[in-house]
Amino acid sequence: MPITIQVNGASHALDATPDTPLLWAIRDHVHLTGTKFGCGMAMCGACTVHVDGQPTRSCVTPISAVQGKAITTIEGIESVVAQAIQQAWIELEVPQCGYCQSGQIMSATALLEKNRQPSDADIDAAMAGNICRCATYVRIRSAIKQAAAQLA
Amino acid sequence: MRRITPSQPRSHSTSRRDFLKLITTAGAGLTLAMNLPLALAAESTAAAGVDFEPNAFVRIGTDGRVTVLMKHLEMGQGTFTGLATLVAEELDADWSALVAEGAPADASRYNNLLFGTVQGTGGSTAMANSFMQMRTAGATARAMLVAAAAKLWKVPAAEIQVSQGILSHSASGKSAGFGELAELAAQQPIPDAKSLRLKDPADFAYIGQSLPRLDRGKTDGGALFTQDVQLEGMLTALVAHPPRFGASVQHYDATKALASPGVVDVVQIPSGIAVLAKDFWSAKKGRDLLDIKWDQSHAFMASSDEMLREYRALADQPGAVARADGDAVSALASATTVVEAVFEMPYLAHAPMEPMNAVVLVNDTGCEIWNGEQFQSIDQNAVASALDLKPEQVRINMLFAGGSFGRRANPQADYVLEAALIANAKRGTPVKLVWTREDDTRAGHYRPMYVHKVRAGLDASGKPIAWEQRIVGQSIMKGTAFESYSIKDGVDSTSVEGASTLPYQIPNLQVELHSVDHPVPVQWWRSVGHSHTAFSTEVIVDELARAAKQDPVDFRLQLLSQHPRHHAVLKMAAEKADWGTKLPEGWGRGVAVHESFNSFVAQVAEVSVQENGSFKVERVVCAVDCGLAINPDIIRAQIEGGIGFGLSAALLSEITLNEGQVVQSNFHDFQVLRINQMPAIEVHIMPSAEAPTGVGEPGTPPIAPAVANALSAATGQRFQRLPLKLSS
Repeated sequence: MPITIQVNGASHALDATPDTPLLWAIRDHVHLTGTKFGCGMAMCGACTVHVDGQPTRSCVTPISAVQGKAITTIEGIESVVAQAIQQAWIELEVPQCGYCQSGQIMSATALLEKNRQPSDADIDAAMAGNICRCATYVRIRSAIKQAAAQLA
Repeated sequence: MRRITPSQPRSHSTSRRDFLKLITTAGAGLTLAMNLPLALAAESTAAAGVDFEPNAFVRIGTDGRVTVLMKHLEMGQGTFTGLATLVAEELDADWSALVAEGAPADASRYNNLLFGTVQGTGGSTAMANSFMQMRTAGATARAMLVAAAAKLWKVPAAEIQVSQGILSHSASGKSAGFGELAELAAQQPIPDAKSLRLKDPADFAYIGQSLPRLDRGKTDGGALFTQDVQLEGMLTALVAHPPRFGASVQHYDATKALASPGVVDVVQIPSGIAVLAKDFWSAKKGRDLLDIKWDQSHAFMASSDEMLREYRALADQPGAVARADGDAVSALASATTVVEAVFEMPYLAHAPMEPMNAVVLVNDTGCEIWNGEQFQSIDQNAVASALDLKPEQVRINMLFAGGSFGRRANPQADYVLEAALIANAKRGTPVKLVWTREDDTRAGHYRPMYVHKVRAGLDASGKPIAWEQRIVGQSIMKGTAFESYSIKDGVDSTSVEGASTLPYQIPNLQVELHSVDHPVPVQWWRSVGHSHTAFSTEVIVDELARAAKQDPVDFRLQLLSQHPRHHAVLKMAAEKADWGTKLPEGWGRGVAVHESFNSFVAQVAEVSVQENGSFKVERVVCAVDCGLAINPDIIRAQIEGGIGFGLSAALLSEITLNEGQVVQSNFHDFQVLRINQMPAIEVHIMPSAEAPTGVGEPGTPPIAPAVANALSAATGQRFQRLPLKLSS
């Protein structure tokens, strides 16, 4: 009995075992590669997607746990908030290597979706799970504030 | 869903088109060309036919697009943008027409001019070695476009203006874009480089501006990394590596692994046992089911503590001399005050966000590699040798790298060779080798562990008169292709750089080295030797200033009168940081200045120490002199990132061994800096007309000593170990 997941509005019946992490279902079965593998144990946030709007570490979330839920990846975000985040990311030239940035943007978008005026402490709390080895953190913080200002 | 079809030899256009298809289907709203650093030069030429390609670096299409072939890897440091800026400047191109494309592995055209005949990226050399080469490439193309217009319009070439991708002749009112003239330009004779007149810096339109980056696709999931390559029929390989360095497979049973769903094959390679499966998760589960008995009779069994004891004992003995000015021993004996310290700095993993990986296809005609390729010549030759191919039969597609910090330029071609050997066992099938974070953390190729012993003395007036430094650690260069270049008289220059080049005016100065042989693989890590020498030297200089009862900035400035660029960045950083002004209770300010890779960086760090004994780096003010600033915003980004990278090592990261086994495995125990630990950073760029030098690495070395010195100022404690910890 294949497990079906909803990714960016489309249904995918997967030929995969139920314990398969959502990350690998998205990457190897749905073939969307914007969501990244970084650690496999929810320590780095590179794999962050939205599950029913909640930022979720897909590398430790089995597909059996997300049947019937709306999964959104970096390729599928299109809200006003997401667009403001992406635009701020480009304007402030946040990415360096870029590998973690899908996860950063998914976490930042989820933050602004529920908190349009995050304080520095709010940003720390929402973003501390997302590692960037290039240490683009100064610009991530600025870009979140810029997007928030633009949305205000 | 469409997959990429591997390219046929000598007909790479298929792969390029299919990569485009893949990205079109996979990503939403992408700017296609800018996401593609990969294409091989040969393929693009074949596809276009009428393009104007005056040299190995520039291609102008009839659509006006200006493609710059990148010999250097884009791993976040902004090299694609920087190199394209040089071409666009001399070409007077329209920046929005610029496209970056990875050059093929071909050292005859794309060697790093500072690496001799080797093609590769490292040592913060991309800008320094390309500055004149890329400008000349742009100027050549411009001259040929002008010659074409002059011929077409029958006007003197000298009367033709070029601006923003448009050639024009005001007297006749004629004008044309690059694309319209491309075909005719291709028929013009290639001008002698000596006849080209490069721009006067006063006329620079792009150099010095912060042009937008060319490595796009990094905000929408579209940028293509090695991890993202998907080829028709591709298998994913995970390798079970030995638990200790020097161990090997004694025997193994793959029965259970082969019975696991999705597993296709299990093959033994020199570095371990590879499980090949149709996807990552199947390969991972299969690998977990392998039953392997390891032969550990030759395994390295030491622990970090024992090694440190060995290193500390060696530091008491004279070593190979790296620098000897005056007579340090006698001067120390006559010094009024002697400051002495033994520093310990651990092994460090690079831990880029993209763990090591490579995609390889081996077939009857050769081998094709897709990789965040940093070391073309080394990888190409290693794979050719292992597979009994000619180097030109090993084709390499350079993709974006998800960080590297030195790791992807492996002198043994470790992970690339591993992927190639697995692919060679499955000829005709493309194989993606994926290392997990645990594999990556435990694979070695670390920044070596070091012990430094420093003794320095002041005379009665508080002037430093003696400095003796002994450095103990493994040599990075020994056994590599760079050994004869880097190791002279028993001294690996990369082990002592930063100490052997100490700029301070100290008449009696001796630097010695003990290179220790251990089988733990070591490698250059962002800023190489400077990553440890800046720490010991700049902490000791602060201690000397304190012993002399002088301000640490003034003390340094007096000793740097013969080094104007050090002097100037130090002064600038101190001024911008309001050095000397009062800080809140419990805060401290510290400074460090260090030259690496011909760039000069000074940093002032402010720390706050809480009553519970924890501390935070609050603010860092940095001044950098990297010669002519090509793209100030990218320079600032690299310095911010270099500081953040250095802070991971200053505050959090260490790799340790317990009876030969690497203790750490993932980001829970190999901790790195997170956003809540990142200070506010100000970067000030020194105006300069000197030739440009690199900024990828030089931001990293000064931060650990600047923070240690700030903590000393706040607490009175001394710091001789990384990562930094306050005593309770």
